[in-house]
Amino acid sequence: MPLTSDAATGRSVISGAYTKGVSNPRSPRFQVTADSLDAAAVAASVAGPTTGAVATFVGLVRDHNAGRRVLWLDYEAFAPLAVKAFERIATEIAAQWPSVDLAIHHRTGRLGIGDASIVIGAASPHRAEAFSACRYAIERVKQIAPIWKHEHFEGGQVWIEGATADPEDEAARQAAMARACS
Amino acid sequence: MLVTIRLFARLRELAGASELQHELPEGASARTAWERLVRDHPSLEEYGRAVSCAVNEEYARLTTPLKHGDEVAFLPPVSGG
Repeated sequence: MPLTSDAATGRSVISGAYTKGVSNPRSPRFQVTADSLDAAAVAASVAGPTTGAVATFVGLVRDHNAGRRVLWLDYEAFAPLAVKAFERIATEIAAQWPSVDLAIHHRTGRLGIGDASIVIGAASPHRAEAFSACRYAIERVKQIAPIWKHEHFEGGQVWIEGATADPEDEAARQAAMARACS
Repeated sequence: MLVTIRLFARLRELAGASELQHELPEGASARTAWERLVRDHPSLEEYGRAVSCAVNEEYARLTTPLKHGDEVAFLPPVSGG
Protein backbone atom coordinates (compact mmCIF):
# COMPACT_ATOMS: atom_id res chain seq x y z
CA MET A 1 0.00 0.00 0.00
CA PRO A 2 1.66 3.25 -1.09
CA LEU A 3 2.25 6.08 1.33
CA THR A 4 2.79 9.11 -0.87
CA SER A 5 3.34 12.74 -0.14
CA ASP A 6 0.93 15.14 -1.76
CA ALA A 7 3.02 17.55 -3.82
CA ALA A 8 0.78 20.54 -3.17
CA THR A 9 0.57 20.24 0.60
CA GLY A 10 3.36 17.93 1.67
CA ARG A 11 0.82 15.97 3.70
CA SER A 12 0.87 12.23 3.59
CA VAL A 13 -1.98 10.37 1.94
CA ILE A 14 -2.66 6.69 2.51
CA SER A 15 -4.35 5.12 -0.43
CA GLY A 16 -4.96 1.88 -2.22
CA ALA A 17 -5.14 0.85 -5.82
CA TYR A 18 -8.44 -0.24 -7.27
CA THR A 19 -8.69 -3.59 -8.97
CA LYS A 20 -11.48 -2.72 -11.39
CA GLY A 21 -11.11 -0.21 -14.18
CA VAL A 22 -8.18 2.13 -14.65
CA SER A 23 -6.45 3.32 -11.51
CA ASN A 24 -4.81 6.72 -11.66
CA PRO A 25 -1.83 6.61 -9.28
CA ARG A 26 -2.04 10.38 -8.79
CA SER A 27 -5.65 10.12 -7.60
CA PRO A 28 -6.37 6.70 -6.07
CA ARG A 29 -9.98 5.63 -5.74
CA PHE A 30 -9.75 4.93 -2.03
CA GLN A 31 -8.12 7.48 0.20
CA VAL A 32 -7.78 8.52 3.82
CA THR A 33 -6.33 12.01 3.81
CA ALA A 34 -5.84 15.05 6.02
CA ASP A 35 -6.51 17.29 3.02
CA SER A 36 -9.86 18.87 2.19
CA LEU A 37 -12.04 16.76 -0.08
CA ASP A 38 -13.11 17.62 -3.62
CA ALA A 39 -16.48 16.10 -4.54
CA ALA A 40 -16.21 17.10 -8.20
CA ALA A 41 -12.81 15.42 -8.49
CA VAL A 42 -14.15 12.23 -6.89
CA ALA A 43 -17.10 12.21 -9.30
CA ALA A 44 -14.80 12.78 -12.27
CA SER A 45 -12.50 9.95 -11.13
CA VAL A 46 -15.24 7.33 -11.51
CA ALA A 47 -16.86 8.62 -14.71
CA GLY A 48 -15.97 7.19 -18.10
CA PRO A 49 -17.42 6.87 -21.61
CA THR A 50 -19.98 4.25 -20.50
CA THR A 51 -21.14 6.30 -17.50
CA GLY A 52 -24.66 7.67 -17.64
CA ALA A 53 -25.00 8.58 -13.96
CA VAL A 54 -22.73 9.46 -11.06
CA ALA A 55 -24.25 9.51 -7.57
CA THR A 56 -22.13 11.39 -5.06
CA PHE A 57 -22.55 11.41 -1.30
CA VAL A 58 -20.90 14.18 0.71
CA GLY A 59 -20.92 13.87 4.50
CA LEU A 60 -20.65 17.23 6.30
CA VAL A 61 -19.90 18.20 9.89
CA ARG A 62 -23.13 19.63 11.34
CA ASP A 63 -23.52 22.01 14.23
CA HIS A 64 -25.67 19.79 16.44
CA ASN A 65 -25.77 16.19 17.61
CA ALA A 66 -27.93 14.50 20.26
CA GLY A 67 -29.03 17.86 21.65
CA ARG A 68 -25.48 19.21 21.87
CA ARG A 69 -24.09 22.26 20.09
CA VAL A 70 -21.14 20.86 18.16
CA LEU A 71 -18.03 23.05 17.81
CA TRP A 72 -15.80 20.77 15.74
CA LEU A 73 -14.94 17.11 15.14
CA ASP A 74 -11.55 15.44 15.27
CA TYR A 75 -11.48 12.38 13.01
CA GLU A 76 -9.03 9.58 13.75
CA ALA A 77 -8.46 6.61 11.43
CA PHE A 78 -6.43 3.43 11.24
CA ALA A 79 -5.67 4.49 7.71
CA PRO A 80 -4.21 1.36 6.08
CA LEU A 81 -7.09 -0.77 7.35
CA ALA A 82 -9.64 1.90 6.42
CA VAL A 83 -8.40 1.84 2.82
CA LYS A 84 -8.73 -1.96 2.86
CA ALA A 85 -12.27 -1.56 4.23
CA PHE A 86 -13.12 0.76 1.31
CA GLU A 87 -11.68 -1.78 -1.14
CA ARG A 88 -13.73 -4.50 0.53
CA ILE A 89 -16.88 -2.39 0.15
CA ALA A 90 -16.03 -1.94 -3.54
CA THR A 91 -15.73 -5.71 -3.92
CA GLU A 92 -19.13 -6.19 -2.28
CA ILE A 93 -20.60 -3.58 -4.63
CA ALA A 94 -19.01 -5.23 -7.68
CA ALA A 95 -20.77 -8.48 -6.74
CA GLN A 96 -24.18 -6.79 -6.41
CA TRP A 97 -23.91 -4.06 -9.07
CA PRO A 98 -21.20 -5.13 -11.56
CA SER A 99 -21.63 -1.99 -13.68
CA VAL A 100 -20.70 0.39 -10.84
CA ASP A 101 -17.35 2.13 -10.43
CA LEU A 102 -16.73 3.42 -6.92
CA ALA A 103 -14.47 5.92 -5.15
CA ILE A 104 -14.35 6.75 -1.43
CA HIS A 105 -12.29 9.56 0.09
CA HIS A 106 -12.39 10.09 3.85
CA ARG A 107 -10.82 12.99 5.68
CA THR A 108 -9.05 12.91 9.05
CA GLY A 109 -7.95 15.56 11.52
CA ARG A 110 -9.86 18.58 12.81
CA LEU A 111 -12.97 19.46 10.79
CA GLY A 112 -15.14 22.51 11.35
CA ILE A 113 -18.87 22.91 10.85
CA GLY A 114 -19.69 22.52 7.16
CA ASP A 115 -16.46 20.71 6.27
CA ALA A 116 -16.79 17.54 4.19
CA SER A 117 -15.66 14.43 6.09
CA ILE A 118 -16.37 11.90 3.35
CA VAL A 119 -17.07 11.89 -0.37
CA ILE A 120 -18.34 8.80 -2.18
CA GLY A 121 -18.75 8.62 -5.93
CA ALA A 122 -20.62 5.78 -7.64
CA ALA A 123 -20.77 5.73 -11.44
CA SER A 124 -22.90 3.49 -13.59
CA PRO A 125 -24.53 3.43 -17.03
CA HIS A 126 -27.93 4.05 -15.38
CA ARG A 127 -28.99 5.95 -12.28
CA ALA A 128 -30.63 3.19 -10.23
CA GLU A 129 -27.42 1.25 -9.67
CA ALA A 130 -25.44 4.43 -8.95
CA PHE A 131 -27.87 5.58 -6.26
CA SER A 132 -28.11 2.16 -4.63
CA ALA A 133 -24.37 1.53 -4.63
CA CYS A 134 -23.66 4.97 -3.21
CA ARG A 135 -26.13 4.43 -0.35
CA TYR A 136 -24.74 0.96 0.31
CA ALA A 137 -21.21 2.33 0.44
CA ILE A 138 -21.94 4.94 3.13
CA GLU A 139 -23.89 2.43 5.22
CA ARG A 140 -20.97 0.00 5.07
CA VAL A 141 -18.39 2.72 5.84
CA LYS A 142 -20.32 3.48 9.01
CA GLN A 143 -20.44 -0.21 9.91
CA ILE A 144 -16.88 -1.38 9.29
CA ALA A 145 -14.35 1.39 8.51
CA PRO A 146 -11.87 1.90 11.40
CA ILE A 147 -12.54 5.62 11.72
CA TRP A 148 -13.71 7.54 14.80
CA LYS A 149 -15.26 10.93 15.50
CA HIS A 150 -14.18 12.84 18.59
CA GLU A 151 -16.94 15.37 19.07
CA HIS A 152 -16.15 18.66 20.76
CA PHE A 153 -19.30 20.43 21.87
CA GLU A 154 -20.22 23.34 24.12
CA GLY A 155 -19.34 22.07 27.57
CA GLY A 156 -17.31 18.97 26.77
CA GLN A 157 -16.12 16.31 24.38
CA VAL A 158 -17.07 12.73 23.63
CA TRP A 159 -15.90 9.89 21.41
CA ILE A 160 -18.76 8.80 19.18
CA GLU A 161 -19.02 5.02 19.13
CA GLY A 162 -21.38 3.27 16.75
CA ALA A 163 -21.02 -0.19 15.31
CA THR A 164 -18.56 -2.89 16.39
CA ALA A 165 -16.49 -3.25 13.22
CA ASP A 166 -17.02 -6.75 11.86
CA PRO A 167 -16.92 -7.10 8.08
CA GLU A 168 -18.05 -10.73 8.38
CA ASP A 169 -21.29 -9.77 10.17
CA GLU A 170 -23.79 -10.90 7.53
CA ALA A 171 -26.80 -9.39 9.34
CA ALA A 172 -25.17 -5.96 9.24
CA ARG A 173 -24.34 -6.37 5.56
CA GLN A 174 -27.94 -7.34 4.79
CA ALA A 175 -29.19 -4.31 6.74
CA ALA A 176 -26.98 -2.06 4.61
CA MET A 177 -28.29 -3.74 1.47
CA ALA A 178 -31.89 -3.29 2.60
CA ARG A 179 -31.33 0.45 3.13
CA ALA A 180 -29.62 0.73 -0.26
CA CYS A 181 -32.51 -0.92 -2.04
CA SER A 182 -35.40 0.68 -0.15
CA MET B 1 7.05 -13.67 21.82
CA LEU B 2 6.97 -9.93 21.43
CA VAL B 3 3.90 -8.30 19.89
CA THR B 4 3.05 -4.68 19.19
CA ILE B 5 -0.36 -3.44 20.30
CA ARG B 6 -1.98 -0.45 18.65
CA LEU B 7 -4.87 1.43 20.18
CA PHE B 8 -7.25 3.97 18.69
CA ALA B 9 -9.70 6.65 19.77
CA ARG B 10 -11.02 6.17 23.33
CA LEU B 11 -9.02 2.97 23.85
CA ARG B 12 -5.87 4.99 23.16
CA GLU B 13 -6.94 7.66 25.63
CA LEU B 14 -7.87 5.18 28.38
CA ALA B 15 -4.56 3.32 28.04
CA GLY B 16 -2.58 6.54 27.64
CA ALA B 17 -0.65 5.17 24.66
CA SER B 18 -1.22 4.55 20.98
CA GLU B 19 1.37 1.78 20.79
CA LEU B 20 2.63 -0.73 23.36
CA GLN B 21 4.83 -3.78 23.24
CA HIS B 22 4.03 -6.88 25.23
CA GLU B 23 5.82 -10.16 25.76
CA LEU B 24 3.21 -12.90 25.46
CA PRO B 25 3.47 -16.68 25.91
CA GLU B 26 3.68 -18.98 22.89
CA GLY B 27 0.21 -19.94 21.70
CA ALA B 28 -1.20 -16.52 22.59
CA SER B 29 -4.15 -15.18 20.62
CA ALA B 30 -5.41 -11.65 20.11
CA ARG B 31 -7.62 -12.30 23.14
CA THR B 32 -4.53 -13.04 25.24
CA ALA B 33 -3.15 -9.65 24.20
CA TRP B 34 -6.47 -7.97 25.06
CA GLU B 35 -6.64 -9.64 28.48
CA ARG B 36 -3.08 -8.58 29.21
CA LEU B 37 -4.01 -5.03 28.22
CA VAL B 38 -7.09 -5.02 30.47
CA ARG B 39 -4.97 -6.30 33.36
CA ASP B 40 -2.69 -3.26 32.98
CA HIS B 41 -5.55 -0.86 32.21
CA PRO B 42 -8.74 -2.04 33.97
CA SER B 43 -10.76 0.88 32.55
CA LEU B 44 -10.65 -0.90 29.18
CA GLU B 45 -12.73 -3.78 30.50
CA GLU B 46 -16.02 -2.12 29.50
CA TYR B 47 -14.97 -2.68 25.86
CA GLY B 48 -14.64 -6.45 26.23
CA ARG B 49 -17.83 -7.19 24.31
CA ALA B 50 -17.56 -4.35 21.79
CA VAL B 51 -13.91 -4.36 20.74
CA SER B 52 -12.80 -5.71 17.39
CA CYS B 53 -9.26 -6.32 16.21
CA ALA B 54 -6.88 -6.43 13.29
CA VAL B 55 -3.64 -8.36 13.01
CA ASN B 56 -0.95 -6.95 10.73
CA GLU B 57 -3.43 -4.49 9.21
CA GLU B 58 -6.03 -7.13 8.33
CA TYR B 59 -9.35 -7.68 10.12
CA ALA B 60 -9.03 -10.57 12.55
CA ARG B 61 -10.85 -12.38 15.34
CA LEU B 62 -9.97 -12.37 19.02
CA THR B 63 -9.31 -16.08 18.53
CA THR B 64 -6.67 -15.36 15.86
CA PRO B 65 -3.34 -16.87 16.98
CA LEU B 66 -0.37 -14.52 17.19
CA LYS B 67 3.28 -15.00 16.33
CA HIS B 68 6.43 -13.14 17.24
CA GLY B 69 6.53 -9.67 15.71
CA ASP B 70 2.80 -9.39 14.99
CA GLU B 71 1.00 -6.09 15.30
CA VAL B 72 -2.42 -6.31 16.94
CA ALA B 73 -4.75 -3.33 16.65
CA PHE B 74 -7.76 -3.04 18.96
CA LEU B 75 -10.66 -1.06 17.56
CA PRO B 76 -13.47 0.46 19.63
CA PRO B 77 -16.88 0.72 17.93
CA VAL B 78 -16.45 2.84 14.81
CA SER B 79 -18.08 6.13 13.83
CA GLY B 80 -16.74 7.13 10.43
CA GLY B 81 -18.63 8.91 7.71
